[in-house]
Amino acid sequence: MFKGVFKEQAVQVGIGFVFVIVLLGTFVLPEWMSNNFMYGLSRGLAVLGLMILWRTNLVSFGHALYYGVGAYSVAIAQKYLGVTDIFLRVVIAIIAAGLLGYVLGFILRKYREIFFAMLSLAFSMVLYGLLAKAEFLGSTDGMSISPSTLFGLEIGRFGLFYFIGLIVIISLIFAHCYLRSSLGHLTTAISDNEIRVEYLGYSVQKAIHIKYIISACLAGGAGGLMAASLGQVDPDSMVLWSVSGELVFVTIMAGLGNILAPFIGAIFFEFIRTYAYEFAPQAWQMIIGGTLLAIIFFLPGGLWSLFEKINPFKKEKK
Amino acid sequence: MQFLTTVLFDGLIYASYLFIVSLGLTITFGVMKILNVAHGGFFAWGAYLASISIIYLGDNEYNSYFYYFAIFFSAIIVGLFFGYIIERFILRKMYNEDIHLIVLATFGLFWILEDLILHVFGVDPLMPYYPAMELGGIEIAGIFQGVYSLTLAALAIIVAFICWYFLKKTKWGKLLQSVIFDREVSVSMGINVTNVYLITFIIGGMLGALGGAYIAPTISVSPGFAIDVVVMSFAVVVIGGMGSVPGALIGSLIVGLVRAFAVHQAPILELFIIYAIMAIVLILKPEGLFAPPKPRKI
Amino acid sequence: MKLTYLKTIGKIAITGLIASVLPLSVNAKDTVKVGVVSFLTGPAAGPFGTPAKQGAELVIDAINAGTMPAPYNTKGFGGAQLDAIFSDESGGGTKQVGLFRDFVQKQNVDAMIGYISSGNCMAIGPVADELKKLTIFSTCGTERLYEEKLRSHVFRTQGNAVGDSLGAAKYIADEYFKGKVSTADKMFTGINQNYAWGQDSYKFFVLGMKQYMPSAVASSKPQFPKLFSGQYGSEISALSLDPAKIVHTSFWNGDFEAFMLQGLVRGFFSKKILVSSVGGSGVDSLGKKFPDGVIMGTRGNVGLIVRNDQTPLNKWFVESYKKRYGAYPLGPSYQYARAVMLYKIGMDSAAKKAGKFPTQDQVMAAMKGITFESFVDKIEMKRGGGHQAVHSIAYGVTKFNKAKGEPGIEKVIKYSASCVYPPAGVKSQSWVESGMPGRKCN
Repeated sequence: MFKGVFKEQAVQVGIGFVFVIVLLGTFVLPEWMSNNFMYGLSRGLAVLGLMILWRTNLVSFGHALYYGVGAYSVAIAQKYLGVTDIFLRVVIAIIAAGLLGYVLGFILRKYREIFFAMLSLAFSMVLYGLLAKAEFLGSTDGMSISPSTLFGLEIGRFGLFYFIGLIVIISLIFAHCYLRSSLGHLTTAISDNEIRVEYLGYSVQKAIHIKYIISACLAGGAGGLMAASLGQVDPDSMVLWSVSGELVFVTIMAGLGNILAPFIGAIFFEFIRTYAYEFAPQAWQMIIGGTLLAIIFFLPGGLWSLFEKINPFKKEKK
Repeated sequence: MQFLTTVLFDGLIYASYLFIVSLGLTITFGVMKILNVAHGGFFAWGAYLASISIIYLGDNEYNSYFYYFAIFFSAIIVGLFFGYIIERFILRKMYNEDIHLIVLATFGLFWILEDLILHVFGVDPLMPYYPAMELGGIEIAGIFQGVYSLTLAALAIIVAFICWYFLKKTKWGKLLQSVIFDREVSVSMGINVTNVYLITFIIGGMLGALGGAYIAPTISVSPGFAIDVVVMSFAVVVIGGMGSVPGALIGSLIVGLVRAFAVHQAPILELFIIYAIMAIVLILKPEGLFAPPKPRKI
Repeated sequence: MKLTYLKTIGKIAITGLIASVLPLSVNAKDTVKVGVVSFLTGPAAGPFGTPAKQGAELVIDAINAGTMPAPYNTKGFGGAQLDAIFSDESGGGTKQVGLFRDFVQKQNVDAMIGYISSGNCMAIGPVADELKKLTIFSTCGTERLYEEKLRSHVFRTQGNAVGDSLGAAKYIADEYFKGKVSTADKMFTGINQNYAWGQDSYKFFVLGMKQYMPSAVASSKPQFPKLFSGQYGSEISALSLDPAKIVHTSFWNGDFEAFMLQGLVRGFFSKKILVSSVGGSGVDSLGKKFPDGVIMGTRGNVGLIVRNDQTPLNKWFVESYKKRYGAYPLGPSYQYARAVMLYKIGMDSAAKKAGKFPTQDQVMAAMKGITFESFVDKIEMKRGGGHQAVHSIAYGVTKFNKAKGEPGIEKVIKYSASCVYPPAGVKSQSWVESGMPGRKCN
């Protein structure tokens, strides 16, 4: 599956992009900007997961479930197990979210369209209900997360930034290889015609289940990294249905065209957010709502389609 | 005994309020097959408009009948105004699009409507308590329940009756049922489906706004309070069956009573239990408990 | 092809860089930039956030102009003018942490003042220490802030929930039930918001009642609705069913008003005795409707309880506030003003000692462990390693003043700091549970 991956254009561009961001963030740009890059890259992971599902014609309105599970597992690991190692944190987040995705996937893989969306929403609100009332998890206050370490030493903001960059690169490589493999090609096949896929001998449900687990892992990793970057988790920012809505919004805004699109979209989102809070703090929701409508009507391919138009090098969907 | 009666009344009051709000949502879904997230926006606007009207009337000591006039009037205005604009200029262009995009569009609209409230009505919470304060409390099973809240239950019953009568006994109701069943066939039968969609959306919006407007005197109306209600009414619609009016009734009763019981007995479950039920219903009977039968089409 | 891509990306990045450099500025030594955070939207804005902002604003402007009465009558903060950036506290801890980082790293503030919600304080505290930025909390009440861990860069000019709850318990035991207690009266319950402040307030009320009224029985079903819920129908039903007569609440923002109104409709207050540790805002907004006989605290000598105190500072504050904003200053107005005053004292004495514009460390050293004059009393920064304030706590009973046509409060008793707060270095919970050794009550 991983053969010759580094020769692929999409992967090279992706890695290059991440490198440029990291270099800029370290040496050139002010710290608040690298913060935004960190948040953007982290969130982009979740959006990447959503993108994989979306290409299969499955929209999850409850992905904040895995995002929140990832974030909270980092917080819980710190509180009860004293874990601050960044590597461990990400692994815990991914595994926790992945396990949950595996279990719930058995149920969700049977549903399509609006039922899939609603059921995923219901599950995420179940978690929200539990977290908001659980006093030992901080109820609506949430929990604090101390700065991350590696081998016992604090890695600081830049260390965290590099680590996030590394995870993003790994995810890009993985996503690319997955999507070009036969299992990955099933994505578009399933969204076109499920019955035909079954006739070809593939199990649609199993394929969806695997995609679901992958997207859950990505969202969990995103949550864990976000938790480490922000230093704070609470149910309203991580698990509430409006968080799922924001993730879906970024997915549309970014476009489905390329594995890099989610990250560009997510970073763009963070910057809009920062400026909106500073200059028009009460118009933030209107800005998102208006942008969403504008994209649906005028730019259905998302930001990536803009990028494709100005750059004739992109040929096929990767 | 006292405990059960109290829980029953609390549950009924909450269920009535959910019913009025969810009715609009389920009708919109049944007819137009759209899950309208912006319904929360109707709800919020209805509440806010009614609140400022009531506060104005109350401060200037008008006759109390005006309060109820204000409530219904607010609901009608909000439904008409936003319902028309949203359906005519946004939704109408999207009927052939992917259903997810439509839902997302309504999501964007919800955000916009919520934000407009901040700009139009300001950021302070509004407490239009006058109608509730006037009607006072009545002793039931040893504790006081608000009389106004009980009228909410009466309103729900009236609305349910009107709905049933309309759908089953009038010509318009039959037209509506035909459109619900199959849009294309209805068009070929000469029904002006475009208008039906518009009117349905407006009425759905009015109902959502009515729910918000009527409940306003008993709560604190503040920015963002609609977010919890939206997803709660989703739960009701899913449990009862999307597109089913009796489903909305049963769904709201279940949610209302379960929640009341949870608040009294096991508060930690309060939020989680409803969504757990929603998930269970989706798993066992995804169409909902009372879903209208869906014909299989090739 | 890769090179072309890198070039394109590089071009975009450079543009972004240029755009970002523009707002970069270095603070001149004649201005200090301070972020002031309170609830400017949502249910907490009207009763808390806006009065808080106004209290800070009034005092900042007065100090900038040098018009505040002594001992704050010198111009400026260490000679510098304070440029306040008011920010909205709503949206939850995670959002506030993000905003805090922006304030420190993008806007390069010299200090941060404010924060009402305990949840936000718990979230911001560690980040303030991580980013090494002086932060003065003005209002939040959770005692966990300093008892879980000492803070290097965080100060708090408001006493924590322990004092409020213990004061309430003592008042009930000593004043309210002087000799006329029946068994039914000794049962108590509570309705508090389900987050750090509400949970801690009730916890210490229960502990306090055990000490002051050992025969009192705590209800098995205290209510903890969600913060900002605004809707208490079921909770009021549950409390009505509860045989307990005494109901403790630490409700503060619009939730308090909503609860009062919804309770009034249902005749709740004719059957229960409400103990409110911070309900002052509701008293003003409900006016005549606010029931008499509610045991009310204001978290210190602020707000309603000291409205008519005639010390020069207080007189000036109440009159200027009323003149500028058309209403009486509430508890939060005092709290935020107090935080600004501490900052001024720190800046002034550090500047004096250093002979020039002081560094942040010098300012913090000048604030640590001091006692400073507030409007009606003295604030001692003597807990939490010299970072946490203690002061006296007052409780009274509400009674509408018909003659003046204003809300009023009577039977006010003040408890000194050493009566309701543990001594330095002692953890609150163990102190109360072991019988509050070393307390000195008048």
